[in-house]
Amino acid sequence: MSDKLKLATVWLDGCSGCHMSFLDIDERILDVAALADLVYSPLVDNKHFPEMVDITLVEGAVSSEDDYHKIRHVRQHTRILVSLGDCAVTANVPAMRNRFKVEAVLDRAYFENATLNQQIPVEVVPQLRKQSIPVHQVVPVDVFVPGCPPSADNIFYALTELLAGRTPELRTRTHFGA
Amino acid sequence: MKRPFKTRVKTLTIDGMAVGAREDETILELAQANGIFIPTLCHLEGVHDIGACRLCLVEIKGTSKLLPACMTYAEEGMEVITDSERLLTYRRQVLDLLFSERNHVCAVCVSNGHCELQWLAEKLGISHVGVPYLYPQLAVDASHSFYVLDHNRCILCTRCVRVCDEIEGAHTWDVMGRGVECRVISDLNQPWGTADSCTRCGKCVQVCPTGALFSKGKAVAEMTKKREFLPYLQLMREGRK
Repeated sequence: MSDKLKLATVWLDGCSGCHMSFLDIDERILDVAALADLVYSPLVDNKHFPEMVDITLVEGAVSSEDDYHKIRHVRQHTRILVSLGDCAVTANVPAMRNRFKVEAVLDRAYFENATLNQQIPVEVVPQLRKQSIPVHQVVPVDVFVPGCPPSADNIFYALTELLAGRTPELRTRTHFGA
Repeated sequence: MKRPFKTRVKTLTIDGMAVGAREDETILELAQANGIFIPTLCHLEGVHDIGACRLCLVEIKGTSKLLPACMTYAEEGMEVITDSERLLTYRRQVLDLLFSERNHVCAVCVSNGHCELQWLAEKLGISHVGVPYLYPQLAVDASHSFYVLDHNRCILCTRCVRVCDEIEGAHTWDVMGRGVECRVISDLNQPWGTADSCTRCGKCVQVCPTGALFSKGKAVAEMTKKREFLPYLQLMREGRK
């Protein structure tokens, strides 16, 4: 068992742009790998969230029942939870549907804008919740990294600070929409 | 006995610094003249102040109330504090409430990167909004041939109302309703494109601090505002008097 810190990333209702930006730290990922093991992520092949993770980066808003249960589970098994990007921090674009009823949103996507197989999926695809909301309105969040997406530099800065046991000061480094 | 000399210049301190002010000078003007930053949103040089946004609140020794710097005139012996933990807390709360009251989605906004609300949030260190968002259902008025009004991004600073009334002299804009129901309206609450009083000058668009008013055809982050005209117009008018 390695004595490295355990790092996880979670993908909720987002476009995966934050994960792309994370990968944009390029060769610096070796510096991260020297300090931490990526134990759970869309980028690795582990299907179950480990018993305890030191740092978890969350991309995306809480939009579906799956997101809701997942983030509550992740919070219970994570020491430091990081809201990564505007969707996690503000609900951003996913929240633009909040003004409409879920039925209207589904109708728009699966009937109005569909030409083939017009039907609302009921299996496998998780149920949408009434509203898309920021992660911190569901579970306590320790660190916020705004940006759409946050730059690779800011992600690397936040990660290395956290891995070194410090609190990153991001307030004046990035902003909503950055 | 000599008649007391009428003071035209006031001496006071701002953040411990001794400064001299004209008696018609506000704390905000005085602070700016002395290189002290006080955040503002509704303030706009060239039109009168209304103290609506409450971001420029300052502490003044001797009163427990916080006073808006843009509406408070310099007085002899005043001790003004423009920067404290208490003020920062209130200013951040103001921004929190502004973000939560409408649908501000910076990532897809025409003014992304050029927005005063967004800039101030960064400046005052807003990492997230602490109160629940309201997600109101708000209209976008694209009936005007040149410009668009998006209520989702309006912070009710009323710069548009004041510049239209005081500088252009058209008074196309006004506000209707109270509290969360408050809206900027054109003429008699009708589509902007049908407002006869509008001269299409676009001053309101240029002074709007967010992407609530913008030029048609602008995509994300493309809308930059040009407001150099305002101090210039004011100067020319004063010179003519």
